[in-house]
Amino acid sequence: MNKTAILVENLSKQFGHFKAVDQISFEVAQGEIFGFLGANGAGKTTAMKMLCGLSMPTSGKATVAGFDVYTENESIKKSIGYMSQKFSLYEDLTVKENIKFYAGIYGISPKQIIQKTESLLRQLSLEKEANVLVGQLPLGWKQKLAFSVAIFHDPQIVFLDEPTGGVDPITRREFWNLIYEAAEKGITVFVTTHYMDEAEYCNRVSIMVDGKIEALDTPSNLKSNFNAASMDEVFIQLARKAKRSE
Amino acid sequence: MSPLRYILEKEFKQIFRNPAILKTIFILPVIQLIMLPMAADYEIKNINIAVVNNDHGSLSIELVQQITASNYFKLVSYTNGFNTAMESLESDKADLILEIPKDFEKRLFKEKETNLFLAVNAINGVKGSLGAAYLNNIIQTFNQSFRNKELVPGRFSEIPQIQISSSNWYNPKMNYRIFMVPGILVLLVTIVGMNLSSINIVREKEMGTIEQINVTPIQKFHFILGKLIPFWVIGLIVMSVGFIVAWVVYGIIPLGSYFTLYFFAAIYLLVILGIGLLISSYSENQQQAMLVTFFILMIFVLMGGLYTSIDSMPEWAKWFTKLNPISYFIEVMRMVVLKGSSIKDILPQILAMLGYSVVINIWAVLSYHKRS
Repeated sequence: MNKTAILVENLSKQFGHFKAVDQISFEVAQGEIFGFLGANGAGKTTAMKMLCGLSMPTSGKATVAGFDVYTENESIKKSIGYMSQKFSLYEDLTVKENIKFYAGIYGISPKQIIQKTESLLRQLSLEKEANVLVGQLPLGWKQKLAFSVAIFHDPQIVFLDEPTGGVDPITRREFWNLIYEAAEKGITVFVTTHYMDEAEYCNRVSIMVDGKIEALDTPSNLKSNFNAASMDEVFIQLARKAKRSE
Repeated sequence: MSPLRYILEKEFKQIFRNPAILKTIFILPVIQLIMLPMAADYEIKNINIAVVNNDHGSLSIELVQQITASNYFKLVSYTNGFNTAMESLESDKADLILEIPKDFEKRLFKEKETNLFLAVNAINGVKGSLGAAYLNNIIQTFNQSFRNKELVPGRFSEIPQIQISSSNWYNPKMNYRIFMVPGILVLLVTIVGMNLSSINIVREKEMGTIEQINVTPIQKFHFILGKLIPFWVIGLIVMSVGFIVAWVVYGIIPLGSYFTLYFFAAIYLLVILGIGLLISSYSENQQQAMLVTFFILMIFVLMGGLYTSIDSMPEWAKWFTKLNPISYFIEVMRMVVLKGSSIKDILPQILAMLGYSVVINIWAVLSYHKRS
């Protein structure tokens, strides 16, 4: 087993009487593509936000890239990338300006920004759109750009919250190619999704139901354990037990 | 290189790509500074007066002529029955009734004194009381000239008289525009500054971009400063546009130095923008931020000393105006523009604004949480 990228022990988040995340524990190795599944309202986003330092845990322990989520959340932020459910690049800035802004915040030198921006635009075939306002790009392109911006500063771990929501199958396929490329570079990928075909692309998958992790294994092991032909069936068997809905 | 540079670059680009903001900066000040001082004026003109003349002597006619000759009064009815005049008062056609009694002239000559009756429509209190005061003035003058003309000087001089002659310092012609324009300029800078800053952070919340910012190692201090500086620059630009309008349209050039005004404005804007950012960081959405800003601005403006005099407020309200940044700037603006005060003269106001800005902006930084 490689180095540990994320270590979570009995992590919980409570809003009043509502246990959004209920004592979850897991470990993600460096370089792994870790699928984080669950129905709407199962607590995936809340769990992810705690790991990114956006939300304070109620109890439990967690370290991300070796830093404690309670005390070293600003150090965590230097080592991670994050792409939220909601598209979050600036629509009134151009492609190039968005890249420059985020790269600048992460403290990348101006020279490096110029070099890396060029190679990124080439990789995404967005050279012609470099000076187009991001708001005018089609959704699929925006998502790919958002992902590339999230890993522009070469983080150890990238958190993706439903990165392919609302995107066509071809673009989804291209998106996953980008994820594989990132994983090959050694970036740990922590991804939530509702698409079960995407779950198959992950090294390991956890399935959350009502704030708890009900299953965690490789996709092939999960299928054999649950006697299912596809991840779809595994998911439905587990998610059906859910008592709470959105 | 500091991340602040990148934040500023981004903010400026966003601001200048927003056509609404550009209009706010350049067109709004011009329109407001031209329109408001012309219309919003303390001077009361066009007071409608109904005169009941029961005397009809030449003296009474002379008095009525003097009243109508002033620019303040409009004669709406001239009758010899009080009831008709009362009707016009009741139907709001008249603000004042002046009744000249029968034998007005005769008594004045024979008994050396007479009475005039004045009825005031106090529904519009300001108009009524000012009208009565103006009218009193005219009657006094009339009285004086009558005495000088008709009475024997020797006999009259036994009664000592106090004559008050006043001269208006700093605004010798009592020109209301010189009084209003600098004040309106303060309001403009304040309204533009607070509105723009208050909808800014909350806009990022609505767009979801704030989450992306919060997950970066950006420092809270840098983030707030990145929001503050662009609006600070815009505030100073708005003020400059205002000074140009004041000079071109009204010929107002501050007696004091522009440097003093900009120096104060630079500190003042930190207070205003800090309040805006504070509202923004507590609000959930832009509507909420705008409503709260509107409410606060309304109180600040109405109690700022431009439309109401702070000196005539009750004690508790005077105390409250100490928390109102607008009242400081209006005071400073008038001192520098009309009196030519220097930085030394406005030191108390400068210190107050410095303290205010430190408290507000530390609060703004603390109220912005990267983690919920």
